[in-house]
Amino acid sequence: MSDTQQGDWTKPAAMAIPKGGFFKEKVEQGRYGPIFPKSPACYGFTIIAKIIPGREEAFYEHARNIEKAVAGQPDVLAVLKLHYLRWVLFPIKGETYFMYQGIFDTDFDKYTEDAVALFGATGLKTVFENLEGFPADWKTNPSAFVKFVRDHQCPSFLEYGEYPFVSADEIKKALKLKAAFSNMLDQMQ
Amino acid sequence: MLENEDIQHILLTRTPALTGRYEFLSFRNAAGGRAWLSAIREKAQSAAEVMASVEKDKRWVTVAFTWNGLRALGVDERSLATFPEEFKQGMVARAEMLGDTGENHPDNWVGGLASPDLHAIAILFARDAAERARCLTEHDKLVAQCEGVETLSGLDLEATPPFDYAHDHFGYRDRLSQPVIEGTGEVPTPGTGAPLKPGEFILGYPDEDGPPANLPQPEILSRNGSYMAYRHLQEHVGRFRDFLREHGKTREEQELIAAKLMGRWRSGAPLTLAPEKDDPALGADLQRNNDFNYKEMDPHGYAVPLGSHMRRMNPRDTAANMNRRRMIRRGATYGPHLPEDAPEDGVERGIAAFVICGSLIRQFEFAQNVWTNDRNFHELGNERDPIIGAQDGTLEYKIPKRPIRKKITGLPAFTTVRGGAYFFLPGIKALRYLATLDEVH
Repeated sequence: MSDTQQGDWTKPAAMAIPKGGFFKEKVEQGRYGPIFPKSPACYGFTIIAKIIPGREEAFYEHARNIEKAVAGQPDVLAVLKLHYLRWVLFPIKGETYFMYQGIFDTDFDKYTEDAVALFGATGLKTVFENLEGFPADWKTNPSAFVKFVRDHQCPSFLEYGEYPFVSADEIKKALKLKAAFSNMLDQMQ
Repeated sequence: MLENEDIQHILLTRTPALTGRYEFLSFRNAAGGRAWLSAIREKAQSAAEVMASVEKDKRWVTVAFTWNGLRALGVDERSLATFPEEFKQGMVARAEMLGDTGENHPDNWVGGLASPDLHAIAILFARDAAERARCLTEHDKLVAQCEGVETLSGLDLEATPPFDYAHDHFGYRDRLSQPVIEGTGEVPTPGTGAPLKPGEFILGYPDEDGPPANLPQPEILSRNGSYMAYRHLQEHVGRFRDFLREHGKTREEQELIAAKLMGRWRSGAPLTLAPEKDDPALGADLQRNNDFNYKEMDPHGYAVPLGSHMRRMNPRDTAANMNRRRMIRRGATYGPHLPEDAPEDGVERGIAAFVICGSLIRQFEFAQNVWTNDRNFHELGNERDPIIGAQDGTLEYKIPKRPIRKKITGLPAFTTVRGGAYFFLPGIKALRYLATLDEVH
């Protein structure tokens, strides 16, 4: 269960995280295993995996597809309760690696099956199927999917939030309120 | 297309039972367990049988096994390994994730349900108390004849008055929202959604995602089977009524508070369609009482609070992939009715129910972990399900209202988990397979 920490958003916060990514004395269990802790930068993951040689173009094509998918249906990724996603390709000793970094308002474990379904619906699979070791039966085997993600997760050892623990929904509500006030002031002119 | 003659009846049918009994069993040796199963499987009716004869039958029997129970019957390790991880671990090992902590922890469970020696359940639904007594005597005789078979505990079921509609001890009408399975011929009531692929509930059929995958082996064991999550929930009726009196001065205000916790008036009328005043005729009308959504009709929860039991258990159009999260509920109430004006008598009463699904982790555990017990469901911040969530007195419950919402702090626990288990519900042929495992080998 997510433990919403009602911190003071006006006070930036940093959290040093032990080796391995867990605070041993309070590891929360999810359906698919232990859950990485929430930090001032919310929940998140950093997945690093080697791509199958020669498949770089699939990643660039995928980027264009996701851009189109989100433009066509802006709430296509809503279920993941995201703040940001970052996708990076980088070389190590002549081989290409892929880094996928996400910042969420919920632990990934909760919506694993929804994420797997999204993979199929948005074509996200085209990227992961080009990674070495990605399970061929990912679509029908969420446990294998989760295992791959966990095996390739590189937990943070430090996370920082300028406005800690604030959810994307709260930010959007605040911006809506600001817009409403602005509109109200316009009407008063 | 559904093999009704091979599916245990509980999965597809509701029986007109007013009483019943659950018997929880342990097998000290495989031969004894198989002898018991050989005899009782003759009594376990298929869906086809019950559909044909439910009007004249007086009792209905269902049999299911824990993973330890399958092993105790002699299922080999290779086959046992093909079952899903959460079923192998069992409900006790999953307690923390399910929210079974504090008072709800398996350490406090009754009837030997938290023990690895729990191997099987025999579910008896009976038309009346006399038939239940007769069946129980028969079953006791059978157990006595099967060496190594032991009854860990039993639970008598009783419908609560008035008997003309199903409801729990708190008085809420039950059985209002059940998914419909494709191929049963059943027509969904308005608002229920289209029929779902059978694989969502019955192993061996396509599910909402495609053809069946990763089924336990051998096929004869899993085909037409399912999983059942058993929950024995004590209902604290006195505490619940005290709470209503504390938060409502008049009878009408108390009824509204009760409705706001559930999302429906106790009559069954949904607040989306009857936001101000109860409408018992609507509550009883299956063609109308489920016909609503949330996204358009109640996005902010002014009618049905965002954290209410009904909204958490079935968020309808406000959750993704709902067709993969649906569950079939069966079960009954137990314990004596507490008359409306009587003080709490300290006698245990509640609900003893099964959640039936094709995947415990995707359906039951998701509902329990996310919908019931995620404190931040719908960005609520510090709430859990007000009826069945893990409540420890530190959480709140918010009732949206213009201009200012009502916030109840320190919500008490109205229910306590007194037991639970994961069972595999084999098909009729699989029961025969299990009963004759010695011959197979």
